[in-house]
Amino acid sequence: MKPAPFAYHAPDQLDEVLALLGDQDHEVRLLAGGQSLVPMMNFRLAAPEVLVDLRRVESLRQLRHSGDGTLAIGAGVRQSALLREPVVTDGWPLLSEGARHIGHPQVRSRGTVCGSLAHHDPTAELPALAVALDARMVLASASGTRERSADEFFVSYYTVALEPGEMLLEVRFPRCPAAAGWSFKEVARRRGDFALVGVAALVEAGDDGTVSRARLVFCGVAERPFRALDAEQAVVSGASFEEAGRLVSEAVRPMGSIHASAEYRRECAGELAARALSEAWERATGG
Amino acid sequence: MAEVDIRLTLNGEERSASVEPRLLLSDFIRHHMRLTGTHVGCEHGVCGACTVIVDGEPQRSCLMFAVQADGASVETIEGVAPNGELGPVQQAFHEAHGMQCGFCTPGFVMSLTALLRNSPDADDDELLDSLSGNLCRCTGYVNIIEAARLARERMNGAA
Repeated sequence: MKPAPFAYHAPDQLDEVLALLGDQDHEVRLLAGGQSLVPMMNFRLAAPEVLVDLRRVESLRQLRHSGDGTLAIGAGVRQSALLREPVVTDGWPLLSEGARHIGHPQVRSRGTVCGSLAHHDPTAELPALAVALDARMVLASASGTRERSADEFFVSYYTVALEPGEMLLEVRFPRCPAAAGWSFKEVARRRGDFALVGVAALVEAGDDGTVSRARLVFCGVAERPFRALDAEQAVVSGASFEEAGRLVSEAVRPMGSIHASAEYRRECAGELAARALSEAWERATGG
Repeated sequence: MAEVDIRLTLNGEERSASVEPRLLLSDFIRHHMRLTGTHVGCEHGVCGACTVIVDGEPQRSCLMFAVQADGASVETIEGVAPNGELGPVQQAFHEAHGMQCGFCTPGFVMSLTALLRNSPDADDDELLDSLSGNLCRCTGYVNIIEAARLARERMNGAA
């Protein structure tokens, strides 16, 4: 199908973007990579009256690694940059590994990191990665900017903590703990398909050779990224990774669909948790 | 809605046009530029039949508006065989019989052309990653993978 008509703007300054976005009388949407928005417009699930294209705003295309070790990714940065830029592949290997599971190369070469975060499909990898890595979201409107944690940002299916007239300007990833082992695992029906279940895991080893810190965040099992706190605590208290997996299976409440039943997703979540923890642990201990 | 003037490079030639903002790049290429080698399958980014190369990267032309291609360089299947001679990926598909009905073929060729130009030494995993973005409803994947490997061998040798 074809999209409904809309007015199109492609300003080259951010303040023009924010002024257009602040128009309360029309439905205004931002166009970054368009890999989620344009299919929705083709299906007429979305029919914005005004599209504001970010492609000419050069400042948004920056991927900055600042002195304190923070990685800042602007609203125009494409997902393919996560696989290509050495600063990401070296410093945030979990982010790179997770990004490998986003769609296909033909989608990642256009889709943006911030676009996926703001769209918040509950099966998407990036929201789970942002929560796992304690990302900070920088929200901007014509009246200024504010910051939210990733945990506060993702509200529910396709819903994030953006007010009308506000955009996700940048996502900031704090320095990834150098000693942390990491893993990203996902089950999808076909390569590049939407995930049935995915998990990002981070594990740190203490001086006594036991797990001192664990982080497990899932996509595809809830209306927002799901952090398995019980399983994380159990692992730090000495439970086996298999036991942690069982706790995850009990804790998650995914919805079933034609693609996979809720029971299958629960089982996948537990198994992926055990495997991801195990791989992350091997990386943390060099084993 | 008001039309927007765009100017782009299409298969090496400067083109300009006035288009409605909602015009998809795929429709611009097929209906306005009359280049019907770019096929349209699902029109929501799943099948990959409409894949073209935009500024060196393989992209879905059904998930782009023509206005977004303003200032860009776009290459379609017609551009990989400019003098009527098959490009290296096309030649490989021909020899390995990497097609059945042929509808999906232009998309596969553009995806692989972009990949092998950017990384001529792509490993099998990268080849499959690239191929995963295109569907063949005849399910002729075995020969498509053969064709991809043959194209890699030749383009790698030429690099």
